[in-house]
Amino acid sequence: MNILAIKLPDVGEGITQAELVEWNVKVGDFVREDDIIAAVMTDKATVEIPCLYDGTIVQTNGDIGDSLAIGSDLVLIETEAEGASVEPDEVEQSTPEPAVVEEVKKPAPAAEKVVSVVEKQASTPSTSAPAMPRAEGAPVLASPALRARARNSGIDLRLVHGTGPAGRITDADLDQYAQSPSQQNGSANGSGKAKREGTEEIKVIGMRRKIAERMSKANANVPHITVVEEVDVTALEDLRAKLNSERGDKPKLTILPILSAALSRAVYDHPEMNAHYYDEKGVVIRHAPVHIGIATMTDAGLMVPVLRHAEAKCLFEAAQDIQDIADAARKGSANREQLSGSTITISSLGPLGAIVTTPIINLPEVAIVGVNKIAIRPVWEGDQFVPRKMMNISASFDHRIIDGWDAAVFVQKIKSLLETPALIFVEA
Amino acid sequence: MKREQCKVLIIGAGPGGYVCGIRAGQLGLDTIVVEGEKPGGTCLNVGCIPSKALIHAADEFHKAKTFRGDNKLGISLLNPEIDFVKTQKWKDGIATKLNTGVTGLLKKAKTRLIQGNASIIDGKTVKVVTSEGEQIIECEHLVLATGSSPMELPSLPFSDHVISSTEALSLTDVPKDLAIVGGGYIGLEIGTAMAKLGANVTIVEMDQQILPQYDADLVKPVTDRLKKLGVTLHLGAKAEGVTTDGALKISTSEGMQEIAADKILVTIGRAPNIKGFGVEDLDLKMDGRHIAINDVCATSMRNVFAIGDITGDPMLAHRAMAQGVIVAEHIAGKPSVWDKRAVPAVCFTDPEIVTVGQLPSAETKTAMFPFAANGRAMTMEREDGFVRVVYDADSELVLGLQAVGNGVSELAGEFALGIEMCATLTDIADTIHAHPTLGETVQETAHLALGHALHI
Repeated sequence: MNILAIKLPDVGEGITQAELVEWNVKVGDFVREDDIIAAVMTDKATVEIPCLYDGTIVQTNGDIGDSLAIGSDLVLIETEAEGASVEPDEVEQSTPEPAVVEEVKKPAPAAEKVVSVVEKQASTPSTSAPAMPRAEGAPVLASPALRARARNSGIDLRLVHGTGPAGRITDADLDQYAQSPSQQNGSANGSGKAKREGTEEIKVIGMRRKIAERMSKANANVPHITVVEEVDVTALEDLRAKLNSERGDKPKLTILPILSAALSRAVYDHPEMNAHYYDEKGVVIRHAPVHIGIATMTDAGLMVPVLRHAEAKCLFEAAQDIQDIADAARKGSANREQLSGSTITISSLGPLGAIVTTPIINLPEVAIVGVNKIAIRPVWEGDQFVPRKMMNISASFDHRIIDGWDAAVFVQKIKSLLETPALIFVEA
Repeated sequence: MKREQCKVLIIGAGPGGYVCGIRAGQLGLDTIVVEGEKPGGTCLNVGCIPSKALIHAADEFHKAKTFRGDNKLGISLLNPEIDFVKTQKWKDGIATKLNTGVTGLLKKAKTRLIQGNASIIDGKTVKVVTSEGEQIIECEHLVLATGSSPMELPSLPFSDHVISSTEALSLTDVPKDLAIVGGGYIGLEIGTAMAKLGANVTIVEMDQQILPQYDADLVKPVTDRLKKLGVTLHLGAKAEGVTTDGALKISTSEGMQEIAADKILVTIGRAPNIKGFGVEDLDLKMDGRHIAINDVCATSMRNVFAIGDITGDPMLAHRAMAQGVIVAEHIAGKPSVWDKRAVPAVCFTDPEIVTVGQLPSAETKTAMFPFAANGRAMTMEREDGFVRVVYDADSELVLGLQAVGNGVSELAGEFALGIEMCATLTDIADTIHAHPTLGETVQETAHLALGHALHI
């Protein structure tokens, strides 16, 4: 028997570490070759790590949420397979420090791991207040004194959840029920609504941790200037309706491909907006291609798949691409190419788009355009109000690089393009 | 005719009625209890108490007899004798003392006790025939607590020769040959006592087992003891009648037999007293042969309640008492209801049997700890019997507690408390039980169920 290490493989180009997001094995488990032992997450993807040998896990290194160095020992496995034997650490399983990479710029690991830790009170589970009524005829387990107390309080013990041994109802259970009876017994307080107690601790790991880090970094480091402008999209919507009615087999046009085209056109005149700012290097890199990040809601959280070369795509190509990358992001099948390299970002919440938003820059970009919802509003046209389809855009800029004037001019440019959509397609 | 009014009228001063009367009085309700006989009912006058007195006397006499010859304790005694008339007088003295006690307790609670026979006119009006004449009592709430009477066999009508438990407890002579029809707890208790007092006892039971409501494990120590005492058991046998010379005719699988008998005691059960005093005219909803009640002992007629033996099984004094309290409190506006998890039952056989809660079934698990491994049992020369716990395997909730053994009736309290408190095996196992007592066995049984008995 040999004890061999399975090292964390290079799961992404050029990365030096990955975050452990899931253990599929524990010490003592027998695993076979190709069984999945763990999942790690890089900036852009979650990767499952397969086992290389048949054998028994003797040590696992790292807790969920830890950053592990590429090439470090992920698990030690006792196996018949040949290889360079290693010694398990003497230390307890719960302190697998060797594999944890200290990130120089980050605060202490504990603070880094959990963004907001709220106190959890195990003794008052939030679910116990509005307890499930017992099945008809099921015995109520309570002492005679407690039964008397319940009778005198007008409480039907069948509705009280018992937390004691064998489901026995305790005085505390009755106290809690008396304070927050469920709907079945609204007489004990006025509203008949249950007061909820307790908290739930949710570890901020994986995607959510990445999002949290990026958001706080952007918000902390970048002085944002947000410009909101209203746009009359009546003409644009007419055009869109016309194009959609005649689209045939082509994908349905949403406002996003049109907006992408408008952005591509606008940044041609404002190259400072299609740029990355590397503040630590003191350099701004302006990009010729327009790779538009499309902020997309997925089950795992906010992702920003990228519409590449928006400047070279016709509306329907862009529509198809946006649909494809958004689907890929939602399914978790997006590749690195689809998830990186954006030069400017669009954030749209569709019908939920509110009146104004304050988008946060997708670092290291310098501009983000938020799209608010379209609504028909009365607009004064010389002598009368007319109903127009109106939409606000809320665009944020890195104020270190973009002055307010430039931001306003850029937003006016977008407004002008969207209000007269033919301009989008006029050669620059 | 004298007319009276009251808030609560209780017919019957047995354990249900008098307790209801005391509690109602305590709660300030204007209450009258009507009783045709002495207060205390069957229990106090012709049931629980007198039978226990006779059992005690018989035990003492029997013990004395065992010292006549060679015995392990080295006690020697010459021909002990019993003056049974004196024994009966002593027994009656206890009953009288308790009668007086009940009367006093009612008085203390300011509840009136009227001696007389009640007949119901309607749900709010009762006529009572007293020694001073008839009177009418009008009440707001009527509580029926009229109890039960020994059942007769058509083939064996009661007479001087064929008697019920009532007469059996008042015999002034120990019969030479006593035949008992019915192997339930009443027949066994009296039969055992009579056997110890010197009677030649034969018990006839239709079922294949005495005490048919219990399982074979619980009954076996009793059967063994009866055999040692020389009691003859006829199981699967049916009483057919009396011969001209007074013998009991029975039919068994082996054919007809005759059992010589100076007295034939019929103990085949008790029937509720619900006829002959106007209850039938109330047309109350029935539950079989008993009056149907809900969880506050209310009958189908508004403000008419029923408690005790007339409401069905188990026909036990302590059940009636608990019902009496609930009814009084309910009438007083308190939220009392019948929410008991168990009614303990005790057979004062030899050895005694006590059962509380569920008996073993396919859905439950059991653990049994024998008194043979209990020090106190050894010191009392009684190692027969056991304690048994019936529990739910998943939750370890104790569902039932039973014991058979000498003196185990006193475990009824712990058993009932355990069940009512919803004790788990660990609750019992982790409670220190005093050494050396029979009660230690209860703790050991719980340990055994948990897989770590210490003394076996």
